[in-house]
Amino acid sequence: MKNSFRRFLILALNHAIFLLFVAVLLVFSLLSPKFFTTGNLANLLVQSSSTAVVGVGMTFVLLTAGVDLSVGAIMFVAAAVAGKLVLLGAPLPAVLIAIVGVGLASGLVNALLVTRLGILAFIATLATLYVGRGFGLWLTQTRAMNLPDSFLTLGTTKLAGIPLPLLIAAFVVALAHLTLTRTPFGRQIYAVGNNLDGAKKAGLNTGRVLASAYVLSGLCAAIGGILSLAQLGAVSPTFGTNREFTAIAAAVLGGTSLFGGRGGVFPGTVLGAVLIQSVENGLVILNADPYLYPLVTASIIFLAVLLDSTRSRLLAHWSRRRVFVEKTI
Amino acid sequence: MTPLLQFEAVEKSFFGVRVVKQVSFKVGQGRILGLVGENGAGKSTLMNLLGGNLQPDVGSMQFNGNIFAPKSPGNARDAGIGFVHQELNLFPNLSIAENLFLTDFPVNGPFIRRGVLQQRAAALLKQVGLDLPPVTPVEHLSTGERQLVEIAHALSFDARLIILDEPTTSLSTRESERLFSLMRQLRSDGRSIIYISHALGDILRLSDDVVVLRDGEVVGDFSAAGLDQSKLVSLMVGRELKQLFPTRKPASAGDGTNEPSSLMDVRGISQAGVARDISFTLHRGEVLGISGLMGAGRTELARILFGLDPHELGTIKVEGLELTGSPKRRIQERMAFLTESRREDGLCLEASIADNMALVTLPSHARTPLRLLDFTRMREALGKIREAVRLQSKLNDGQAVKTLSGGNQQKVVLAKWLLAEPRILILDEPTRGIDVGAKSEIYQLIHELADKGAGVLVISSELEELTGICDRIMVMSAGKITGEFASVEFDRERILNAALPA
Repeated sequence: MKNSFRRFLILALNHAIFLLFVAVLLVFSLLSPKFFTTGNLANLLVQSSSTAVVGVGMTFVLLTAGVDLSVGAIMFVAAAVAGKLVLLGAPLPAVLIAIVGVGLASGLVNALLVTRLGILAFIATLATLYVGRGFGLWLTQTRAMNLPDSFLTLGTTKLAGIPLPLLIAAFVVALAHLTLTRTPFGRQIYAVGNNLDGAKKAGLNTGRVLASAYVLSGLCAAIGGILSLAQLGAVSPTFGTNREFTAIAAAVLGGTSLFGGRGGVFPGTVLGAVLIQSVENGLVILNADPYLYPLVTASIIFLAVLLDSTRSRLLAHWSRRRVFVEKTI
Repeated sequence: MTPLLQFEAVEKSFFGVRVVKQVSFKVGQGRILGLVGENGAGKSTLMNLLGGNLQPDVGSMQFNGNIFAPKSPGNARDAGIGFVHQELNLFPNLSIAENLFLTDFPVNGPFIRRGVLQQRAAALLKQVGLDLPPVTPVEHLSTGERQLVEIAHALSFDARLIILDEPTTSLSTRESERLFSLMRQLRSDGRSIIYISHALGDILRLSDDVVVLRDGEVVGDFSAAGLDQSKLVSLMVGRELKQLFPTRKPASAGDGTNEPSSLMDVRGISQAGVARDISFTLHRGEVLGISGLMGAGRTELARILFGLDPHELGTIKVEGLELTGSPKRRIQERMAFLTESRREDGLCLEASIADNMALVTLPSHARTPLRLLDFTRMREALGKIREAVRLQSKLNDGQAVKTLSGGNQQKVVLAKWLLAEPRILILDEPTRGIDVGAKSEIYQLIHELADKGAGVLVISSELEELTGICDRIMVMSAGKITGEFASVEFDRERILNAALPA
């Protein structure tokens, strides 16, 4: 009886994301008839694609027991560079290459700070956050940059009836999922996140594994920035602000542990991203006070972290050694 | 036949201190070499040289007939040397198979060939006699099973020489036996083993050759046949250690009378899955041992007594007053608990000796009105306690605890608790992984405490230790007390019988 309760509780905690998801859908569907419609749900998915992609990169870093606070700033820089180039009349392929370059370069800076200089990930990426924002503000001269409609079609183009942003997100997620579950590098990420010293002793090139995670996070952030840009149509000075927290929340809600070594992008981070977007989307539909949004997002992040620590604590508590098995009558 | 491994006049110094001096010995093909020595005798340094973590200053090593000068753990591995360290190096969040091939996954393009991975892992597990699916996460494995996985890992790159460093300290008797038979099988396959342990009985039973290290020098290189334990001990210590266990004066209540007077009264403690109706009395000035097999519930009982874990039924009374509440309350009642895992639970490894020793009694060194620490008074107290526990005087108070040997670390933990002047002291495996000299000193400390009227509860898996230092021994099995013996009736066989599951 007690055991089955425990098993149920652990199952619930491990799948809390599904329960939350159903609860959120249910609540908003009841509050507004406009929420649970094909149109809105499709819209919701497209809106989630940016968060999902940034969250995927964040998942890699969190799995190594690190964190990347600079993703929002990288989104901003990528969008600002893209905007500049588009306004200067650069061809689309050149713009895309530049964005990939921005992402890789920013990630590489983080990687070097963390692996070569041995700076704590939290501090290193906090520094690059400020550098990135400063660079972006200088580039845009703190003025909003409106992009031509020709660029915005990127966000609305459909291939085989599926919106392009969704396809890009799906591609990134699939690639990340395969990498994490099926490649040596992916499995080594889990080892490094579990025990860095142990991984070194086991002969892993831990520096390379860690560095790759930050580079991938930077790349994902840049791609996510463009997906956001295609939907918003403009680069404002606050573009990408606080998106690092949404990305962390998406990953952690999806079951990735802040302590490293546990979690994954699918279904985890993807569902986390969609969940967060659902709440935002629902609030918009309900015409809620926009000043409430940060409070709601904060509550979700708090909930995510609480779930993570509760689960870890309960598992540790219950896996304590028993010396005999209680006989049941 | 040429030896598989040969040390030739190897030397290594740290900061001008020679820790390995002119060490030469050989490990033969298909032989088990027992390597013994007190903590700090140079065993770890020697193994670090072999593993490529350190390089010798003078001298050379030969492996398989070639000069062997590893620059990194990878070199040693490639040469065919596998290490199974005391602290296992596995990743509990990965599967057995992934752990075995972490740096060497079979791949097809970018992807792991999962079928091949499982197959190879299964073959290795079969070799070490571990009957588990290779996809099992390592976190579901017991310590003994994890050790077998480590050995399988050494076999995965076909190690010719396997180093086992203190492999049995956290194994049950049955798991140890399983490990020993695997070691014999590896030997008959022609592999060589360096077996490092403080369990001298096991060393003599398993090894073909025994090398004794003392202060960085080889002081004995024998064939195991014809050796005995007392000879090994005297070589290790460098003097005839006539008595490991100090003579015990009859238990006294500390007040001159010989009447046993009750200090702690435990009645009917029960907790689902952990303890069943446990009752006993600890007297003033008594050393009470708790014997039992691994997993009999001894540590769990200690945790309940110290208030770390709850109990559903029963009472714990100290001098007639019932104990309740958190460990903090127990400490105020002058109870102390030395845990079995000193590195994890007993010490702040990065902190200094002084900081660790002062941890429990810190508030008592604070001065009103601002509650600032009175360092002069604190240092005085620390100085006294250092002497009391016989901490080596060359150690600096500011030195990080992680740099100390196991014996000195344990003395720091003891000092920490002794500062609180406990009347009840619970010691869980107080001499695990500690060399003979330090052991003997800790035994003396235990007796001194009891002589001053404290009650000491000693949990140990070494029966010899309990019979050597206790006034009375209780035996636990499956969460129950299954026997109690006064010192006149100590009898290995009867105690062991009581410990076996009914």
